[in-house]
Amino acid sequence: MAKLTIPIGPQHPALKEPEKFMITVEGETVVDADVRIGHMHRGLEKMFENRTYMQLIHATERICGICSFTHSTNFCQNVEYILGTDPPPRGLYLRTIMNEWERIHSHLLWLGIAGHEMGFDTLLMWSWDDREEILNLFEDITGNRVTHAYNTIGGVRRDISDAQIQRSLRVHDYLLERMDAYVHVALNEKTVLKRTQGVGILTTEDAKRLCAVGPRLRASNISYDVRKNDPYAAYDQIPWEVITCDTLDVHAQLVVRALEIIEAIKMCKYMLENLPAGDIRIKVPRKVPEGEAISRTEAPRGEDLHYLKSNGTDKPERLKVRAPTLANILNVAHVLKGANIADVPMIVAGIDPCMGCMDRVLIVDSEKETSRVWDREQLRKYSIDWYEKEAFR
Amino acid sequence: MKRPGVMIGAVLGRLTKKPVTVLFPFEESPAEPGYRGQMNFDNDKCISCGMCAKDCPSFACVMEEIDGKKRPVFYLDRCMFCGQCEESCPKDAIEMTTKYDLAHLPGDEPIVK
Repeated sequence: MAKLTIPIGPQHPALKEPEKFMITVEGETVVDADVRIGHMHRGLEKMFENRTYMQLIHATERICGICSFTHSTNFCQNVEYILGTDPPPRGLYLRTIMNEWERIHSHLLWLGIAGHEMGFDTLLMWSWDDREEILNLFEDITGNRVTHAYNTIGGVRRDISDAQIQRSLRVHDYLLERMDAYVHVALNEKTVLKRTQGVGILTTEDAKRLCAVGPRLRASNISYDVRKNDPYAAYDQIPWEVITCDTLDVHAQLVVRALEIIEAIKMCKYMLENLPAGDIRIKVPRKVPEGEAISRTEAPRGEDLHYLKSNGTDKPERLKVRAPTLANILNVAHVLKGANIADVPMIVAGIDPCMGCMDRVLIVDSEKETSRVWDREQLRKYSIDWYEKEAFR
Repeated sequence: MKRPGVMIGAVLGRLTKKPVTVLFPFEESPAEPGYRGQMNFDNDKCISCGMCAKDCPSFACVMEEIDGKKRPVFYLDRCMFCGQCEESCPKDAIEMTTKYDLAHLPGDEPIVK
C-alpha cells in the first residue's frame, strides 16, 4: 500500500501554539510521526533580562494564556527563595486556592475541547458554561478573568472578604453537583467511550522513558504529582490525594481530569473554611541579592519549571522556563505511531496542548504524486464521519 | 444506540432561564465589583515620585511635564490593567475602576491624565 505523508500545521491565526506534525500513513494507519516545534518563539526569555522583578511578575504571567497563575507562582517562589523570605500563611493559602481554581477552569476548558473534537458539542456548551462560574470568581476576587495579577513577591496582592468566601463556597457546591453529571458522561456516554477507549495508549514504561508530565503521566498509572512529591505553597497542610488511572488511554486522561476537578473543589472548600488569619504579604526589597533558584509547580497540564539567576541588581541575569507541553510533545509523537488517522485529533488534544493547531493538513500521495490540503475543521469532520460510518458497519 | 429523551431534562431546564448573551452596547453588561478597568488619577495627591512609571510592565504609564510639574500620563492602548501602578503609588493617587468599554476610533486614543 502507498505511503502518504501528511504535514499537520504549523499555524493558524486564531490558535495559540503553532506546531507542525509530519505524519506518514499507510492506508488509515499512522506509521511514523515527527513533531517540529519552535514556531511560537517570542523571545520572552531574553526580554525577561531587561525587566525589573516588579515588571516580571506580570510578564511571566503572560507565558501561557490559560495556566498564567502557575507561572507567576513559580517566579515569585524563586525570588522569595533567593531573598530568604517566606510569605505569611494566609498568603500561601490564597495562592494555593488560586492555583486550584486555575486547575478547575483549565480542566473544564479541556473537557469542552475534547467534547468538540469527538463531535459531542453539547459537552462543550455545558462545561464552558460551568467554567464561567469560576472565571466570575476570579474576576471578582483577583481582578481579571485570566491574567490575574494576584501574585506578588512575598505573598498575594488582595485579601478575600467573608462575603467573597461565602460566594465561593456556594459556587463550589454548585460545581460539585455538576461534576456528577460530567463523571456520568465520562464513564457511560457511548460517544465518549467509542472515541477515547483504547485510543492513544501510553504504557507505564514509555511514560517514564519519555518523561511525560501531569495528567498524561497519571493516566499512565504513575502516582506522581509535584504538589505531593515536592510540596509548595500550602499543599503540605491540606488533605488530598493524587488521582491515577490504569487504562492508559485518552479515556484515562478524561477520567483523571474529571476526578482532579472534584479533588480540587474539595481542597478549595477545605482551604476556604480553614483560612488562617493574619497578613497576606510581607514587604520585600526591590534589589535581589546574587543567587540562583529552581522552582517547580504542578500546572494544570503538568510540571512547570522555572530557573532564576540573579546578579544583585533589580533585574535578573537569566530566567529559564520549561512549560509542561514541551515535556508532553515527545510522548504524543510516540503514541501517534500505530494510531488511526481519525484518532489523531483526539490524541493530540489529549495532552491539552493549548492548541488544535491542525490548521492545514496536506496529504501527499508519494506514488501518484498528488496532494490535497485539509484544514483543521476538515480533519475533525473526517474523523467524526469515519466513526459514524464505523458505528453502522 | 440512539436513546431519545436523554437530553429532555437539560432542554426543559434551559427553557425557563434567561439568555446568557446580552445586546451590548445597548444593554449593560456590568463587570464584577473587583474588576480592574480604567484607572482614575487624583492630581492633588500625586507627589511626582515616578514609582508608577518605573514599575509599569508595558510602559503605558509615562512621566510628562504638565503645568511645570512631573505627572504620570496613562496611555490606555498600551495598558494591560495589571494594577501595578495602583499598588506602587505611595499616596493612593491612582485607583482602578470597573470601566472596561474603551473601544475607540483612530486618533481618539484613551489617555488618563
